[in-house]
Amino acid sequence: MFGKKRVAVIGAGMTLFRRTLKETGKELAWEASKMALDQAGLELKDIDSVVMGTAPDAFDGVHMKGEYLADGSGAYRKPYSRVFVGGGTGVFAVDAGWWHIASGQFDTCLVVAEEKMSSCYPHPAYAFTTIFDPIYARPLGVTLIWIFALEMHRYMHVHGIKKEEIALVSVKNKGNALDHPCAQLAAKITVEDVLNSEVLCYPVQRLDISPTSDGAAALVLASEDVAKKVTDNPVWIDGVGWSIDSTYWTNRDLYYPRYVQSAAQMAYKMAGIKNPPKEIDVAEVYDPFDYKELHHMEGLMLARKGQAPKLTADGVTQRDGDLPINPSGGLLGVGNPIAAAGTMKCCEIFWQLRGEAGKRQVKGDPRTGLAQAWGDLMQYGSVVIMRS
Amino acid sequence: MSEKIKHFPGEQVKNIDVKEGRIPAVRHRPNAKYLWSAGIAMSRFLEGLKKGKIVGATCKKCGRIMVPPRAFCEQCFKPVDGYVNIKDTGTINTYSVSYVAGDASRIKEPILVAIIDLDGASEGMGILHILGEIDDWKQIKFGMKVKAVWKPSEERTGSIKDIKYFRPLQEV
Repeated sequence: MFGKKRVAVIGAGMTLFRRTLKETGKELAWEASKMALDQAGLELKDIDSVVMGTAPDAFDGVHMKGEYLADGSGAYRKPYSRVFVGGGTGVFAVDAGWWHIASGQFDTCLVVAEEKMSSCYPHPAYAFTTIFDPIYARPLGVTLIWIFALEMHRYMHVHGIKKEEIALVSVKNKGNALDHPCAQLAAKITVEDVLNSEVLCYPVQRLDISPTSDGAAALVLASEDVAKKVTDNPVWIDGVGWSIDSTYWTNRDLYYPRYVQSAAQMAYKMAGIKNPPKEIDVAEVYDPFDYKELHHMEGLMLARKGQAPKLTADGVTQRDGDLPINPSGGLLGVGNPIAAAGTMKCCEIFWQLRGEAGKRQVKGDPRTGLAQAWGDLMQYGSVVIMRS
Repeated sequence: MSEKIKHFPGEQVKNIDVKEGRIPAVRHRPNAKYLWSAGIAMSRFLEGLKKGKIVGATCKKCGRIMVPPRAFCEQCFKPVDGYVNIKDTGTINTYSVSYVAGDASRIKEPILVAIIDLDGASEGMGILHILGEIDDWKQIKFGMKVKAVWKPSEERTGSIKDIKYFRPLQEV
């Protein structure tokens, strides 16, 4: 065990993920928080500390989002902090919740993640243009989609991977999402549909990408003492990891996410995992683009470099395969309200390990699960490992 | 989502209904403006571009010649040892063909985007820029040699855009 106290997940909740929801960010955070508390059988007075995760302020145009979302997150007169590491936020918020309890300081922590991207109109893509270096990158007109297209193309080139191999991820995840009641883009599609979809930024096409979304997700974490009092089936957080690479992203070889590897190594070491593909029963791997699932499986050492497409083609990563990846439907299927999407992945692992995932339940009796997210300028990795 | 949960919060609405006032909403356009000092190292870079030179920084400890230049080596965490001019030729590390503008609107003539590993810098020291003088993007190849095409000196302002684009070194 690392830290002073062992940490359990005892409840989870989330809202619908949709392109536009009527609720404010605060209202969404409240809905997810209340559901997680109800599932845990706790009330707000039982919560010692709160961690909120939410991504760029520019989406909301409220440049103090931690404060703005505090009431909805149940933070009223409590120790509270907002964390933000771009797309990595949703899993990192759970890592941060872990240390609140593992430090010995608190017995409970409510972890809430929210994103309302629809407020930035006509499209939140424009808010993303403000994440780049203002001196040498922005004058070139750089957009978010450029950097993914450059990374995807490099990954394809180094390993000789074809678009149709990558498209299988989109087909799988959107299909998995058909069984997720909160999913935004669940669909039965084919590889041809992906290959025939609009070319946005070659090699990225329309169906390679997750949508923009509104939504929230939350988890209740508790120390071992509290967890054992309130539930017979806690899910333990046995590993956490996070890491960042250099901000000079054009100076890195984009074919391999070393920062994900670093974060995974930290988490595997904590959890005593020596052979990740054998020891991980189910994983929620960050998939804002279809190639990212493959790229991240390799960074997480769930597949050897360049081999994730083969595992996908062989059906290993299907929900009934030997190493199910993104049984929820992932960001491609459930949706991508940035921070909430990462926390949704942690919720899914919790439900999978409790055997509560219903139609999405992976085969066997999964005991060890992993959730991962990725963010900032293709440089941030966050990982959490849970065991039932 | 747990099978124990039967109620899924969230009320889906259409963007158009918000935009056209059928759902109560408030509009605002911030008017914050920015003026960024380029800093110690990037001032050298921008001044170099004005003279038609690409400036890198050197670190004797790790031996790297770095571009874009920086005031301190992020690996050795010490001041760089100096600034050098590097070549305006390089190799395409990766590229993309963009039909999308910053606001997600579509553009007809695609922007050819590349990371270019510059000659004379350490291996893998790429910069982001645009490719030009290419009729068909299918002519672009990984590893292709390219050269900067500069604006005339009187039009340069000390900007990354003083390089108009990179063109193939040999005819395609």
